[in-house]
Amino acid sequence: MNPLTVAGLWGAAAVGLGLYGMIVSPQPLRRILAFDLLGSGVFLLLGVVARRGAAAGFGGDPVGQALIITGVVVAFAATALTSALWLRLFQETGSATLPDAEGTGADAGAVDSR
Amino acid sequence: MTTWESFDIVLAVLVLPLAFWTIAARETFVAVVSYVAYGLLLALVWVRLGAPDVALAVAAIGSGLSGVLLLGTAARLRDVEEQAAAARPSLLLRVIAAVLSVTVAAGLAVALQFLPDPAPTLAPVAARNLAATGVGNPVTAVLMAFRAMDTLLEKVVLMLALVGVWSLAPDRVWGGRQGPRHQADPQGMLVFLARLLPPVGVVVGVYLLWVSADEPGGAFQGSTILAAMWLLAMLAGLTDTPPVSSRRLRLALIAGPAVFLLVGLGGLWLGDSFLSYPAAWAKTLIVVIEIGMLLTVGLTLALLVAGPPERSARQ
Amino acid sequence: MSAAVDLFTIVAVSAGVFFFLAGTVGLLRFPDTLTRLHALTKADNLGLGLVVLGLLPRAAGPVGVLKLVCVWLLVLLGSAAVSQLIARAVRNEGPGA
Repeated sequence: MNPLTVAGLWGAAAVGLGLYGMIVSPQPLRRILAFDLLGSGVFLLLGVVARRGAAAGFGGDPVGQALIITGVVVAFAATALTSALWLRLFQETGSATLPDAEGTGADAGAVDSR
Repeated sequence: MTTWESFDIVLAVLVLPLAFWTIAARETFVAVVSYVAYGLLLALVWVRLGAPDVALAVAAIGSGLSGVLLLGTAARLRDVEEQAAAARPSLLLRVIAAVLSVTVAAGLAVALQFLPDPAPTLAPVAARNLAATGVGNPVTAVLMAFRAMDTLLEKVVLMLALVGVWSLAPDRVWGGRQGPRHQADPQGMLVFLARLLPPVGVVVGVYLLWVSADEPGGAFQGSTILAAMWLLAMLAGLTDTPPVSSRRLRLALIAGPAVFLLVGLGGLWLGDSFLSYPAAWAKTLIVVIEIGMLLTVGLTLALLVAGPPERSARQ
Repeated sequence: MSAAVDLFTIVAVSAGVFFFLAGTVGLLRFPDTLTRLHALTKADNLGLGLVVLGLLPRAAGPVGVLKLVCVWLLVLLGSAAVSQLIARAVRNEGPGA
């Protein structure tokens, strides 16, 4: 039961939890949180792979670790853009969910830019 | 079982309920706090995986900045929480989602058992070429020299995200200031903190950048601290977001990728290929690029948290 | 000499952990926000101080010592400011905040 096994199992579990949260959560922010959890699980799996590449006196494969850092930053950018989109949707329509495709309600899709 | 192994198990047991609580908590506020705590504990896991630079990035960006962003948005979306919570999906959907998630997780866990042994790695290649870059930290060398193209494109991605946030402005405040105007009691604690902490934070941020040449640190981690200091001043009402149409802001944002591109094109002209550094100048060029990155990425990260423009530029 | 230093580290860090434990028990058991804040800030700041004290002999040179102490001071500043803000919010909005 070394840290690698634990981290690997944990990464897989985080991916599963995040996936479940993304599909099931009705609230927009909970979906973003689940997406972040999913991302952190994927990074953990990448980290396990990078750690197994420890050689030449380094603690891990530096290319793998650099990719993870890049991924963390890009995931944050995605979270920020998604949060801004939800915020604007709420400010324009007063609702946090997208209307059904069959056009329920008179204001479905009628978002004019005042 | 050695002490380290029991530490790892304790860590895993602590992290598990936090991640579960992030999904399962009733209130969004509790879920976000849980996610922030999860990120901080995860930083410890990263240290155990031998990746201190990643630990710093996860603690700063993944847990700190994301936490601020999500808490702020949760506070403003609070009114729709009950409305959205009423739309709970059916039991069938939940069961299908659970089965899918368990299958994916189990598949990943099983796939981990079949990783090739000995593991393929680029560490020896990186070690061999490390001396040519002039830096000692291999992760910095990979980010700024071996895979500099990825870092350049990453900065462009950050800028695209910012442009996306800017473009969400309503017509009447197009080109205006981002986010609401924050006010705080001038004699209060928040203003005190916002006056005391930023000078220290700026030093720490620049230090993280400077020390990343040979020790764990990095340009992104340092920029995050600078962004956090600016956000603190904004939240205390001591300063305001600049208008999006401001030319100085746009020049400062372009400065980072522009410097990077110039160095890259210089490498094309004077050296072998795009973004190749002549050996004697490698360290200097890397430092120059990183200073540009510090400015641009710090500004971009803070403005990404500030949100879409809501007030006109004249205010 | 080295055994004495190790003993000092173990004793100091264990005492720090004990204070953290006391603070967490206070967080879980005290009835309202203000008493919980009190337990948290007092115990955790002292606990962190003791842990830092215990780690000082192992630090890498005087700069390392300085960094550890700076970490402690920054945490002190942050937690003091934050507990004041929370307490003020509780006072303004009532104990349900």
